[in-house]
Amino acid sequence: MCRHSLLVSTVFDLALVTRARAGVDVQRHATQEKSVRPLSLSGHVGFDGLPHQLVNKSTCQGFCFNILCIGETGIGKSTLMNTLFNTNFESCESSHFEPKVKLSAKTYDLQEGNVRLKLTIVNTVGFGDQMNKQQSYQHIVDYIDTQFESYLQEELKIKRSLHNYHDSRIHACLYFIAPSGHSLKSLDLVTMKKLDSKVNIIPVIAKADTISKSELQKFKLKIMSELVSNGVQIYQFPTDDETVSSINSAMNGILPFAVVGSTEEVKIGNKMVKARQYPWGVVQVENESHCDFVKLREMLIGVNMEDLREQTHTQHYELYRRCKLEEMGFKDTDPESKPVSLQETYEFKRQEFQGELQRREEEMRQSFVQRVKEKEMELKEKERELQSRFEQLKRLHQEEKGKLEEKRQSLEDEVNVFSNKKAAAELLQGQTFNSSNSNLKKDKDRKNSGFM
Amino acid sequence: MDAIMLQEKLVERLLCPRVRTARQKEKQYVGFATLPNQVHRKSVKKGFDFTLMVAGESGMGKSTLVNSLFLTDLYKDRKLLNAEERINQTVEIIKHTVDIEEKGVKLKLTIVDTPGFGDAVNNNQCWKPITDYIDQQFEQYFRDESGLNRKNIQDNRVHCCLYFIPPFGHGLRPVDVEFMRALHEKVNVVPLIAKADCLTPNEIKKLKDRIREEIERFGIKVYQFPECDSDEDEEFKQMDKELKECTPFAVIGSNTVVEARGQRVRGRLYPWGIVEVENQSHCDFVKLRNMLIRSHMHDLKDVTCDVHYENYRAQCIQEMTRCVCVCVHARAKLAQDNRMESPIPILPLSTPDAETEKLIKMKDEELKRMQEMLNKMQQQMHEKDQ
Repeated sequence: MCRHSLLVSTVFDLALVTRARAGVDVQRHATQEKSVRPLSLSGHVGFDGLPHQLVNKSTCQGFCFNILCIGETGIGKSTLMNTLFNTNFESCESSHFEPKVKLSAKTYDLQEGNVRLKLTIVNTVGFGDQMNKQQSYQHIVDYIDTQFESYLQEELKIKRSLHNYHDSRIHACLYFIAPSGHSLKSLDLVTMKKLDSKVNIIPVIAKADTISKSELQKFKLKIMSELVSNGVQIYQFPTDDETVSSINSAMNGILPFAVVGSTEEVKIGNKMVKARQYPWGVVQVENESHCDFVKLREMLIGVNMEDLREQTHTQHYELYRRCKLEEMGFKDTDPESKPVSLQETYEFKRQEFQGELQRREEEMRQSFVQRVKEKEMELKEKERELQSRFEQLKRLHQEEKGKLEEKRQSLEDEVNVFSNKKAAAELLQGQTFNSSNSNLKKDKDRKNSGFM
Repeated sequence: MDAIMLQEKLVERLLCPRVRTARQKEKQYVGFATLPNQVHRKSVKKGFDFTLMVAGESGMGKSTLVNSLFLTDLYKDRKLLNAEERINQTVEIIKHTVDIEEKGVKLKLTIVDTPGFGDAVNNNQCWKPITDYIDQQFEQYFRDESGLNRKNIQDNRVHCCLYFIPPFGHGLRPVDVEFMRALHEKVNVVPLIAKADCLTPNEIKKLKDRIREEIERFGIKVYQFPECDSDEDEEFKQMDKELKECTPFAVIGSNTVVEARGQRVRGRLYPWGIVEVENQSHCDFVKLRNMLIRSHMHDLKDVTCDVHYENYRAQCIQEMTRCVCVCVHARAKLAQDNRMESPIPILPLSTPDAETEKLIKMKDEELKRMQEMLNKMQQQMHEKDQ
């Protein structure tokens, strides 16, 4: 009887699956529940101690929590951390003249009871001090992405040790709003918009002892309405768990918390309490009618710390991972909407990459050959040019030579003519001398003859 | 000693009887001791005016402080911008003018507001509209002063600028330093620590020391109280010293009146106590008010007229004469070369901008080059002649 019903159910299941594959809309839920039926126990088995086992294991391992504090210099981030965790995290005052926003992270080991907490506090340095704050949010976004990236890398490793990995992803971001009493600053809005999809943002109003009660109500309303109207998703305390839903939903209505931090103690009555002493009164940090510090502590640490971690892992980290992998080209389904495994995608990617590499090589080779050809042509041109110049010069040379020859010839002719003339002149001179001599003689003779 | 004195007196009496009568005459009353009263009367009749500028990020309590100082509400129905609208906001200049009267003395008070300063995400040169406004007022006054009809000159020059430094930081921020440096030679800058009810007395002292040290380090010339004369009484000198050591003033303002210690005072009501604006141990509001209104208002006006305005005027005139000089120089050279006479033009009464300056420089260089060429040619001709 038992086996028969089992067989029936298996056959039934197969039929359903095939029908689903064919695309028919079937209510699987009811049938699934039918195939997994609830059973009632007739005695105490003992697996109700499973949560305790889990708790013991996590307590042995220790917990890890990372807080990012964003706020202007001097707004009270370090003081609030000191007050929240009741210790003195050594930190020095930063100057207002930092050229860029930086983040400084410090890790501390705390212990309360038998629970160990590895707390990392990341502070912004120089936030809101620059003249041009358009790039201020970028460093913060980059830091958060870097932490996600290193977790992703660890996850994708072949040999990985996730349970030993020091998780540095930011679990909560406390955004410190300056108590101007009017509304958010433009920088606050821009920064929170960029961060709301990457981290759980919890806005707090810092130095709240400068706002009176009536102004505080208006200020909180204005801040929340601005956040809502600009679509900024701040962290909402979870209301799905009945044990904490009532207190969480009440706290959701009090956001943002108006806090005052102090590490100094003042004597009130017969107790020493953390407070700030003014000439007109004493602001007690842990007095709920003075500020919302106690509420913040309870919500952040006492009730929802684990939920913050979970949200970071399941929501923000998954979103980052999906975006990153999609960027790299991985998809869950290929173009024909068939489910594709990571390995196939890897192979496909690798082939694509190889193809790309080959193509690039071809291209480079081609361009190299092209260049060589061009250079050759150039050189040939130059050679031809040189040749023609050489010929030209040679011609010129010949011409000049010819001219010189002519000149030399003419000079020689002149010299010859001159020497001829000279010879002729000399001859003539000789003759005339002789004739003159003979003439003289004749004259003398005549004279002489005349005489006689 | 007495014998000598007696002898002198005797000599005097015998030799200079007229001196004695003159000295007797001095003891009679002339009447110019009433001059201060005459000045008082005339000034009451004329009335006073004062222009105050307030600058600082939004949410620093500037409007509240102005209301507390002058005990009126100057900012009815004012619209504040959202954070989104302020991302790319530029600085506006808004003037509120009111006439207030106290015991027959009339004061025309102008408050120049600068909404949007330091609110945008990119605040480079965000003070330019402010410096332009101050220069415009100086220019307007300069023109009026140099005009022909000077009966009804309106003095819109800014006499004092209150700069609100946020108390949430450790000292001055880059935007504070740049702003004060851009303005310290144009207007009397009085820095204030705003919303001082977020600081304990120790913190206030530390912040004041820090700010004073940074002001000196960056060379910012804030308004200095004048030294008091050596013949003032000790109490006044003590007050003056205290005043000087208290700068920058840490102020709190309030628009509301609360009940404290059986009295109705301006203050802020907190669950842990009541801050009284006029309580000297709570904040420096009273000192600021005394300084600004009761003792140093006229000195602020004087410094504006004698120092800042005169600087502006001297600069303006120098620029103009440089232009005229260059023009004269150029024309004189041309005249030398071409033996032409041309009249020197009268330049308009405005400061030349960078473009015309560049043009003038270019022309200057051209002329120099031409001159050199001419000289060379002349030399050559000279040599040839020889």
